[in-house]
Amino acid sequence: MKSLAELQAIRNRMLEQVNMRKDDNIDTRVVVGMATCGIAAGARPVMLEFVEELKRRGLDNVTVAQTGCIGMCRLEPIVEVYVKDQEKVTYIHMTPEKVARVVNDHIVNGRPVDEYTIGAQG
Amino acid sequence: MRELADNIMDIAQNSISAGASLTEVNVKVSQQDNLITLTFRDNGCGMSAEMVKSVTEPFTTTRKTRKVGLGLPLLQQTAMMTGGEMKIESQVGKGTCVTASFGSDHIDRPPMGDVAGAWFSLVVMNPDTDFLFQYDFDGKVFTFDTREIRAAVDPLPLNHMEISAWIKDCMYQEIKELHGGIVL
Repeated sequence: MKSLAELQAIRNRMLEQVNMRKDDNIDTRVVVGMATCGIAAGARPVMLEFVEELKRRGLDNVTVAQTGCIGMCRLEPIVEVYVKDQEKVTYIHMTPEKVARVVNDHIVNGRPVDEYTIGAQG
Repeated sequence: MRELADNIMDIAQNSISAGASLTEVNVKVSQQDNLITLTFRDNGCGMSAEMVKSVTEPFTTTRKTRKVGLGLPLLQQTAMMTGGEMKIESQVGKGTCVTASFGSDHIDRPPMGDVAGAWFSLVVMNPDTDFLFQYDFDGKVFTFDTREIRAAVDPLPLNHMEISAWIKDCMYQEIKELHGGIVL
């Protein structure tokens, strides 16, 4: 059993850090479609992989959030990436395997992965 | 839905949409009774008797944007396919309780799947609402109450990177331990 004491130790360590995450630090939002259609299409493993990959890279300026159905159920799992001061990019038919590239190319290096986007859909 | 864990996420989401500040999600496995039971209880806005009756129709939804809602119909269908059933109790202003049971060894029962992942997603995606999760595996029980966690990490949010990593590990570890190698 993991203990609450362990959790409090993490808390204290985090609070000591000067660069504690504040909402104004957040410059990128990853929004995963999590309505019935998204979940049925496999949105959860995609979302979990984003959380994992962001943690692996220590990107605490990025939040992962969810949205409902945006009306394109056949293209789910859909992930929208909002980088501050840039246009939103919509990725479709996402899989956990595609996540690392989106994080690396788009979120870290600023180059959206065109072939995964809705624009690449003929 | 590929696994029961998908239904868990989906139905719990209804509670959040209903404005619940506390959502309970219980998973109960009884190998002796050959039964898996999922229970969702919330203190959201509740539904009228009329709404409860029609909510299992795919063309009933509170959504304004379109006219289909498939979450509860899918859950009901899956429950019934396995010889189980789904029940809804609700009171306007009080909240809603949805119970679904599944015949565990029925060939049409979807795998249980990644319940820890489903619970974890609910918490990190909705860091400001509270959840009370309970997993009862043949009488061995794991309880996870976000109110306790929230109090312990205050003022950090539950979706803080390090905090959520702890939550995730905790859920995966505990559920794995309960199962003791049994895959459902």
